[in-house]
Amino acid sequence: MQYESQNTARLYFIGAIALFIGQILFGLIIGLQYVIGDFLFPEIPFNVARMVHTNLLIVWLLMGFMGASYYLVPEEAGRELYSPFLAKLMFWVFLIAGALTVIGYLSVPYATLADITGNGILPTMGREFLEQPTITKIGIVIVALAFLYNVGMTVLTGRKTVVSLVLLTGLLGLALLFLFAFYNPHNLVHDKYYWWWVVHLWVEGVWELILAAILAFVLIKTTGLDREVIEKWLYVIIAMTLITGIIGTGHHYFWIGVPGYWQWWGSIFSAMEPIPFFIMTLFAFNAVNKRKREHPNKAAVLWALGTAVLAFLGAGVWGFLSTLAPVNYYTHGTQITASHGHMAFYGAYVMVVLTIISYAVPILRGQEAKSNGMQVMEMWSFWLMSVSMVFITLFLTGAGVVQVYLQRFTDTPQPFMVVQQKMEIFYWLRELSGVIFLIGAILYALSFLPTSTHKQQASTTSA
Amino acid sequence: MSDAIKSERKSLKKDLPEPLPGDLAMWFFIFAELFVFMIFFASYAYARSQNVALFDTYQKTLDRNIGAINTAFLITGSLFVVLSMACIHSGQVKKARGWLVLAEGMGVGFLSLKIIEFSDKLSHGVSLSTNTFYMFYLSLTFFHFLHVILGMVVLGIMIKAMSRIEEFGVHGIESGAAYWHMIDLVWIVLFPLVYVIH
Repeated sequence: MQYESQNTARLYFIGAIALFIGQILFGLIIGLQYVIGDFLFPEIPFNVARMVHTNLLIVWLLMGFMGASYYLVPEEAGRELYSPFLAKLMFWVFLIAGALTVIGYLSVPYATLADITGNGILPTMGREFLEQPTITKIGIVIVALAFLYNVGMTVLTGRKTVVSLVLLTGLLGLALLFLFAFYNPHNLVHDKYYWWWVVHLWVEGVWELILAAILAFVLIKTTGLDREVIEKWLYVIIAMTLITGIIGTGHHYFWIGVPGYWQWWGSIFSAMEPIPFFIMTLFAFNAVNKRKREHPNKAAVLWALGTAVLAFLGAGVWGFLSTLAPVNYYTHGTQITASHGHMAFYGAYVMVVLTIISYAVPILRGQEAKSNGMQVMEMWSFWLMSVSMVFITLFLTGAGVVQVYLQRFTDTPQPFMVVQQKMEIFYWLRELSGVIFLIGAILYALSFLPTSTHKQQASTTSA
Repeated sequence: MSDAIKSERKSLKKDLPEPLPGDLAMWFFIFAELFVFMIFFASYAYARSQNVALFDTYQKTLDRNIGAINTAFLITGSLFVVLSMACIHSGQVKKARGWLVLAEGMGVGFLSLKIIEFSDKLSHGVSLSTNTFYMFYLSLTFFHFLHVILGMVVLGIMIKAMSRIEEFGVHGIESGAAYWHMIDLVWIVLFPLVYVIH
């Protein structure tokens, strides 16, 4: 570790992984509720568990991005973090606000939560992924502003690299676009139109910049390649991301009541969205093949390559499956969407956060890499999680194909619940894959537990 | 190293094709951009095949003269960029800069005529929702319009880089030139496709 303040990242990484495990547990609960409808009812109904599952995902990924930033920005800027105290304070604010929100979701009915948190004054609740009470949203803005100020001041007063500037642009976009979460027009078409500016322009716009910057940082460090080489690929990736991703928002506008040209725009531009992911895959493999050094942290390199491949498959290929308007006419809102959502989030964002944790944590502990044994365990976690996610995706795709055919495509469409019963086998198999995924995630966390060597080192340092 | 190996290497080097001008990453970007336009063109062709009469009718409302002059602007601009590259390779940096400034001028000419054309259409109430032909016409030409602006920014960077060519390198200049030619190439397909062929 070059700078003491990089240690701030550790808190964020621990928080992120803890919430990740929580997210998976809630995923398993809803997965089971698909087949055993009254499982945990009325204590944890499906809608609440699903909300916790998706909200935890967003929160822990944001925590991961923040941790990644606190780790890489000082190193890129060549100076200590502007204010490590502010970073630590904001972690606790974020964690406590997040925990209180989840407790709120689980302990009182959603409408009551809206009442007691004053949603009536500035109504923002009740929309998918943006279910958080308005006060939590205000908290998120405060945390994001403090974070941006801290990271921004570090970058602006230090060395400015392409990696840190791309990261900062992504983070700034993330914060600005979140402001649309406060815009809640009465007209449902307008509501959905701007809602996607948060949801789509996050995950298929600015988050991709953050992803590319973190991946580029890890590749620069682990391959020893010239920064200039990696940076120019980074430019190409972000240019294509923005060219395709911004108008690509149109693939959510097919059936919400906006003008018909969005069907063309959405289909054409979003059909191109796999391009930046494809270039990212080429770039990652090229960088590793042409590496100038053998980095001892093999697990981190594996995660980096895995990110590129599964992001391309999940976000690129599976996204393309249902992105053309004539196809989407049948597939929207089915399990096909869920299959894409799972692999895209895992491949692009979960994996990139696990990559930077894998790379950074050993260094924060004063080693370049973990012991071989721990690395092997981490690689097991990589394969368990990645393969089970591939299966989750395939089973959900199977379920989706059945659903699209029986419920929508056939000349004699069957009712929703009748079709759901016919998809049961896929849901059971998905649940089984989910259990294996959980085992993988636990192994990942265990592979980072301090060993006796770390404890010795720590005691020597403190002595 | 033995003389035999040396001579073999020399002959091998001679057989190799000239290296790609500009940077490989730029070529990836160019191919990705061409791919986007290709999908756009294919979608246009498909939509036209579904309603040929509508496309033929409204195609006649487009100003082909402006389109033709604009084609001349872009091709001439590309010629200036080629001349500029030739000057760079022969070490005439000042002259090279001059050609690039002229190429920028061609870009300004293109954008000006395009703005006149767009404002005429908009003043006649044409919008993206008027019909499928106009939707494609406006989308394709405006998307290309944005690319011309980007290309002019690239030319601007190249002009600025001329003063520190040793540091910037001919490679970077060639990358910019290749990008400008791509914009030209796309227009050469776009103009006949949207304005002329029926």
